[in-house]
Amino acid sequence: MHLAYPAVLSALLFCTGLYGVLARRNAILVLMSVELMLNAVNLNLVAFDVWLSKAAEETLHSGQALTLFTIAIAAAEIGIGLAIVLAVHRNRGTSDIDRLRDTAEGHETGGPDTDAPATGTAAEKAEATA
Amino acid sequence: MTLAATVGRLAADPMSTAAGSPGFLSPTGVEIAFLLVGLVTFGAAVVTVTTRQLVHAALWLVVALGGLAVEYLLLTAEFIAWVQVLIYVGSVVVLLLFGLMLTRAPIGRSPDADSGNRWAALTVAVAAAAALVWVVVDAFRTTWIDLDGPAAGSTRVTGASLFQNWVLPFEALSVLLLAALVGAIVLSRKAKADSARTARATSAERDTPAALAEPDTRSDTEGAR
Repeated sequence: MHLAYPAVLSALLFCTGLYGVLARRNAILVLMSVELMLNAVNLNLVAFDVWLSKAAEETLHSGQALTLFTIAIAAAEIGIGLAIVLAVHRNRGTSDIDRLRDTAEGHETGGPDTDAPATGTAAEKAEATA
Repeated sequence: MTLAATVGRLAADPMSTAAGSPGFLSPTGVEIAFLLVGLVTFGAAVVTVTTRQLVHAALWLVVALGGLAVEYLLLTAEFIAWVQVLIYVGSVVVLLLFGLMLTRAPIGRSPDADSGNRWAALTVAVAAAAALVWVVVDAFRTTWIDLDGPAAGSTRVTGASLFQNWVLPFEALSVLLLAALVGAIVLSRKAKADSARTARATSAERDTPAALAEPDTRSDTEGAR
């Protein structure tokens, strides 16, 4: 098999995940896009490991071992990330990352004092819709 | 390396390519299958990052991850493929669906799924894709994977290399998983000083057992692996 096929597919998947991370607004959708990026890297690792293990005389299978480690770390990451998203949702009533602007600098349209009623109304809205 | 070097030299020489090495114009069956599954995977990934229905995004993510598992099978990495099915399709997507439900994501279309900077994001992604694809195709134009012979990623091979050469990282990873489990429990536990929010107590009571159960299923999967 041509090595360009898995490499190009991996690059395209990575850029899809990059678009998702930059363009999505819900925090859980951002986490999904991060998973896509991690999977693109995994595909690259597996393809290059298969190529090198056939080409080299002796191999450590480092690509496949690293893929397994990446999968385990991705599982840990998604657990911690979802716990953080749930904690934020419980405290703020929203998982919209455009509204979490407490550490934003510059034009203070939504400072801490004006921000509190906004999140309050968002929480009430979330309660009302639920 | 020697085989790759010879194949690369054969492919670089335009006179001997026709007879010596495979070409783009005569793809093998594995390449055609890889291309078709790759198209499905990429299409599912694009739908995942563009759809406005949040639950549909998670379900299309299942298609994308399953397609990647098939790609691993085509690359003769069987063990990675089944680990992918177990961990990603089995637990990560279930965790994401749990998260969508616990944050009360709207069922159906949500008009504000994309933020305002999506055109900037599209520009960045297309530029990155163009640059990466150009560099990768230019670099590996004459490189071929030899898929014949014994599988490079069967369970025997992967297990032997994992437990001969990678034992210490493997054990360190188990410590990391334990830390992640404890961290997820601590983060999703309701603080005791939070009793002022009695209005949400019932919903939090509903949240907590599910959030506590999720790391357990994940660690069980890891342990089975």
